Amino acid sequence: MRDAGAIAPSAIHAARGILPLSAEGLVLRMAGQTLIDIARLTIDEGGPTMVMGPNGAGKSILLRLLHGLIEPDAGRILWAGQPARAGIRLRQAMVFQRPVLLRRSVAANIDYALKVNGVPRVRRPAAVARALALGGLEPQARQPARTLSGGEQQRLALVRALAVEPEILFLDEPTASLDPAATAAIERLIADAAARGTKIVMVTHDPGQARRLGAEVVFMHRGRIAEHTDADAFFRQPGSREARAFLAGELVL
Amino acid sequence: MQDFTEPFSLALRLILAGDAELLGIVLLSLRVSLSAVLIAALIGMPLGAVLAVGRFPGRAALVVTVNALMGLPPVVVGLVIYLLLSNAGPLGVLQLLYTPTAMIIAQVVLVTPIIAALSRQVIEDLNGEYAEQLRSLGVSRVASVPTLLWDGRYSLMTAFLAGFGRAIAEVGAVIIVGGNINHVTRVMTTTIALETSKGNLALALALGIILVAIAIAVNAAVGLMRGSERQVAHA
Repeated sequence: MRDAGAIAPSAIHAARGILPLSAEGLVLRMAGQTLIDIARLTIDEGGPTMVMGPNGAGKSILLRLLHGLIEPDAGRILWAGQPARAGIRLRQAMVFQRPVLLRRSVAANIDYALKVNGVPRVRRPAAVARALALGGLEPQARQPARTLSGGEQQRLALVRALAVEPEILFLDEPTASLDPAATAAIERLIADAAARGTKIVMVTHDPGQARRLGAEVVFMHRGRIAEHTDADAFFRQPGSREARAFLAGELVL
Repeated sequence: MQDFTEPFSLALRLILAGDAELLGIVLLSLRVSLSAVLIAALIGMPLGAVLAVGRFPGRAALVVTVNALMGLPPVVVGLVIYLLLSNAGPLGVLQLLYTPTAMIIAQVVLVTPIIAALSRQVIEDLNGEYAEQLRSLGVSRVASVPTLLWDGRYSLMTAFLAGFGRAIAEVGAVIIVGGNINHVTRVMTTTIALETSKGNLALALALGIILVAIAIAVNAAVGLMRGSERQVAHA
């Protein structure tokens, strides 16, 4: 479908390739309500995909369905045209709105993610050091992770997710509770990861952030995809009435 | 008043002099109860964790059962273990009745449900926070049990100490299966019961003072654990 965008995926990623990620006939119901109803969605290699929409549109649920944390009531998720096979989770990562850090040191948090991802013990110290450097967290390496500030915690969660070199990284409003400086640091890390070829799929409330980071936009409304277009086109002239209202700052219900 | 103060000063003298008989009783108490709690923790903590994260038929009934067993009356546990270990019982050939091993077995039975139930609560809370992240990292429900036990270590320490507090202060079970034999199975609680009925209040009171001191120390340790856990978790 769309071309690779401004950022070319690295040769390595292209070679192993779990993308494109597609959803077919995806339905999720809860307590008689249809939370997700998506006939078709394809997310391909290329620049970051921003998932936008009002509260309750189903953005976070969509992310969890794609990542495989929730089972849909109907429909399926395909990776490069194939149903998810064992081990596919190890090639993805996710960062949550509120970072979930283990009750261990900063370095041990990264080491744990590498270990459960199957990275051999001999290669882990170097990978931990790289991740710490990436997040600027070397001085705090031995500190209990939960004593970090909010911004540092999210930075740790992000570099921990990136440490396993995922092909695709899901982010669920990673900067929602951060101040502008911490948000800028997180956005820089995300942009760098995208430049290195990691596919980014990110939920955000903030049109400014989507404009800064996004190559394309998936706009959701009431569990459906209202539109899926290039970021430039989306911000210039949204195709759907809901997206126009959302960008104009109206209260979209 | 003299009746109270005299044994009291005698008791303090016994403690300060490091009386050999007193020391032997205290050490046996600690050996029996610490062994029992260690074994109970090895069984109860993984059991509690599996109950916390597991999704299998009968889980809810098992949780209710374990919670109910927290209130097992020690004398009943003692009676059942006595029947099992007595010469006519199924485990009679082991010749364990009236030995410290029998007392350890009885206390393990008594304490395991306490540790399992408290651990289940601790691990369930922790799992509520960790589950999504661990699934995301590719850790299955079963494989997450060691991680949850390790990360819950501070809270689990309080379960361990609660179990120890129950074991060290319990008299009903150890007196039945241990028999309160001098220098063999006589522990603090059974000695207090015996010496009080004999009128030897000094020794009973000395042991009582030590027992209360241990109970206070255990509770203080629980408080300190909670404090350091809070530091790690929320600071």
